[in-house]
Amino acid sequence: MSHYEVIVVGAGPAGIAAATAAARSGSRVLLLDENPAPGGQIWRVGRSMLKGQSEGEAAKNHALKRLRDSGASFLFGYSVYDAPAAGELRAICESGEAADCPVWGEPHAVSLRYEKLILATGARERFLPFPGWTLPGVFGPGGLQALVKGGFDVKGKRIVVAGSGPLLLAVAAHLRGYGAEVVCVAEQAPLAQMLPFAISLWSHPAKILQGIQYRAALGSAPFHLGCWPVAALADIAGGKLTGVQLTDGRRTWTEDCDLVACGYHLVPNTELASLLGCAIEHGLVKVDEEQRTSVAHVYCAGEPTGIGGLDAALVQGEIAGLASAGKPTRSLQGRRVAERKFARRLEAAFRIRPELRSLAQPDTLVCRCEDVTYAALEKRSGWTDAKLQTRCGMGPCQGRICSAALETLFGWKQISVRPPLMPVPVSALVYSESQPVNLKENQ
Amino acid sequence: MPDGTVMIFLNGGSVAVAAGSTVAAAMLNAGQPCRISVTGEARTALCGMGICFECRALIDGRAHRRSCQVVVRDGMIVETQR
Repeated sequence: MSHYEVIVVGAGPAGIAAATAAARSGSRVLLLDENPAPGGQIWRVGRSMLKGQSEGEAAKNHALKRLRDSGASFLFGYSVYDAPAAGELRAICESGEAADCPVWGEPHAVSLRYEKLILATGARERFLPFPGWTLPGVFGPGGLQALVKGGFDVKGKRIVVAGSGPLLLAVAAHLRGYGAEVVCVAEQAPLAQMLPFAISLWSHPAKILQGIQYRAALGSAPFHLGCWPVAALADIAGGKLTGVQLTDGRRTWTEDCDLVACGYHLVPNTELASLLGCAIEHGLVKVDEEQRTSVAHVYCAGEPTGIGGLDAALVQGEIAGLASAGKPTRSLQGRRVAERKFARRLEAAFRIRPELRSLAQPDTLVCRCEDVTYAALEKRSGWTDAKLQTRCGMGPCQGRICSAALETLFGWKQISVRPPLMPVPVSALVYSESQPVNLKENQ
Repeated sequence: MPDGTVMIFLNGGSVAVAAGSTVAAAMLNAGQPCRISVTGEARTALCGMGICFECRALIDGRAHRRSCQVVVRDGMIVETQR
């Protein structure tokens, strides 16, 4: 079993900052991520844009260089699926194709021991069901961007970007950079809700500049506020997406398009924190000013503590890394407080409007894994009843997609988190100390 | 991303794919669904980051692989998960 002073779970900006700070402070650090390379979602590596350059490229490269120079060890391609005892994690490479897998192609599970654990598990997109949202050609905005970076060719494709959150403009600008034609961007939040946020940005000039750059990169594509999709439309055969119906609450119209990217801001990934017993408040991992959770020796940084974006993730990650190594964090506290305020304003600005709760029709699927309809769920009294009667949330995503929808639609809170955190082969559940684990060290 | 292309077998046909692409991207480019749902609907990737499991496909004989997390390799055999 491999032993580390600090294990950081998640190699997005928060995890990179945490691992770098902890390793530079002299700790023996392991940075673990299920992706094959560090970067997380916002710094995801992949295909370059046809025109223009991704913003933040310089910051990303600088952070990755500091990480490589820090002396931290890496374990990429492995997902944490259990925390069987205090100070211990189980992780698996399902494909058996990571650099650390002993037999190519064979799933490989490892036990890892830590003294301090930093959770930087990021966030996922919030999806709200609407008629047609399961059609091929409908994606999350961040999802579409990741797929495009992974080689999905959108050149010449007409795309409607809809939903909510600062990601919409960023994704639309990127899609244009890959040669797509962005038909329009539809943000559900109304102007009145967005204004206080926009005004408050004067204390974050860099964020304003970024917003203006994204808007400029959109060209002549309209940006509608207080506008949302009511249905994705397919041809008669039902296979091919032909357009999307949008509404502003008074008028409903159809935009012809080839693809739809629709997601409603972000939901923090708190499953591992919950499994470890960390206190969760209003859906967020509760932390103190040094990113300590309610569980001793467990820290949390970035989106799970409140959706705050890149700058919040970087400062919280650095604080967690320093604190885990017993180093002072005073010089970073001002930035932490400012970013926390920003996160709260972000939440208020992109609050979900009530109309979005009534988009799903009786035959609209809510649980995509088990194909459970809205009509089947409407009659249920809560999560447990729904699971028992409909299998909702019992498919391979383990409710990660439908739980956010069900909370918005019916106010149901996700009940419990149990291991394994993801589907794993049965062999991964046989915990044996006799299996030697030799990770290739970076030092 | 690495340069060049690799050949994969996708639902019986051979397809040239840009090296470094994910299998999910290759399936989208070829217009092939990743999986058929329990009620028979065609599905493709939704979240692009390994969370939603909509991009599950049969890759080199192994079922339920998340194709958005798998990079194409020369000679890879990919089939829609049914």
